[in-house]
Amino acid sequence: MLSEDTVTITVRLFASFRPGRFREASRGYPAGARIADVIADLAIDPKEIGMIFVAGKHADPDRALTTGDQLALFPLLGGG
Amino acid sequence: MTEADRAFLLAQGGDGLLSWAAQVRVAETLGLSLGEVEEAALAEGLLPSRYQRNRTTFSIADQLSFRRARVAVVGCGGIGGYVVEGLARIGVGTIVVVDPDHFEESNLNRQLLSTMATLGTAKVDAAASRVAAINPAVTVVAWSQRLTRENGARLFEGCAAVVDALDSIEARKELRGVCDDLATPMIHGAIAGWYGQLCDAFPGDATLDRLYGCGGGPGEQTRLGNPAFTPMAAAAFQVAEVCKIIAGQGRPLRGRALMLDMSEGEVEAIEFVDESR
Repeated sequence: MLSEDTVTITVRLFASFRPGRFREASRGYPAGARIADVIADLAIDPKEIGMIFVAGKHADPDRALTTGDQLALFPLLGGG
Repeated sequence: MTEADRAFLLAQGGDGLLSWAAQVRVAETLGLSLGEVEEAALAEGLLPSRYQRNRTTFSIADQLSFRRARVAVVGCGGIGGYVVEGLARIGVGTIVVVDPDHFEESNLNRQLLSTMATLGTAKVDAAASRVAAINPAVTVVAWSQRLTRENGARLFEGCAAVVDALDSIEARKELRGVCDDLATPMIHGAIAGWYGQLCDAFPGDATLDRLYGCGGGPGEQTRLGNPAFTPMAAAAFQVAEVCKIIAGQGRPLRGRALMLDMSEGEVEAIEFVDESR
């Protein structure tokens, strides 16, 4: 696959998203892929996502990925 | 306080300390409350003996600031029980506790104020009893009712900080609105299983809105539960944040969130680049 056809990003997962997945990984996706595609690829229930960050800033699930993106996904924690 | 009263108070101290017996004697002799004596002593540079180990982390001036402060704790369950404990021991003068619930068996795995003896008791009443057992000079204002936007303004009047020890995301959003209305910092902590998150949400800060910005689900605690250690850890950080805000020390958890992963033994501060809403 040519490099123009894929984007390579770093994905960091937090808290309960880690067990059975990973803490941090470099992952490739087809060009044009969005954050929502990563979430689906990782089998994460979108309802359980509290915060999506790209390089320290809030990002929406429909944001398109760019090579080099640092994506971080945080679950909703609500207990007390 | 007259000059004679002041002289009497100072004469009861020794080595810059005021023992509990002396504090009671001053209160009875001068017709003051134990809290008033504590405040007067600190104002005179006399440290109640119970606070010896607070120094030199906190100065006598800091201790006086704690004494004069009013702090609210919303929720007296897992996190809240430990927060009340910490605030009472550090010497916060007035603690407002809010919780409509009573203790039940499922609380016993983690909630400090739940014991066999307090099952069925209103959580705020157990909080008041616990504080009285630690330091009768601390005033507890107990509200056994659910927080609403309407009663919040009344409950939190004059509070230096409001500690979020709630157990649902919806309730936290409500609390956020109340704190914003009052321009009072909300000291956020939330847990699920091995995990926790913390931040100080000052009026206008985006951190809490971000943490709960997506999803819409009830939160991972409904699946993972809450073991004994996670609320302890979250509460410890939250009490420290209250102390920092009142004493003007350290660097508050503002514009960043602390993510706890006790399974991995990790604490990581997530910096928010866009912290304004």
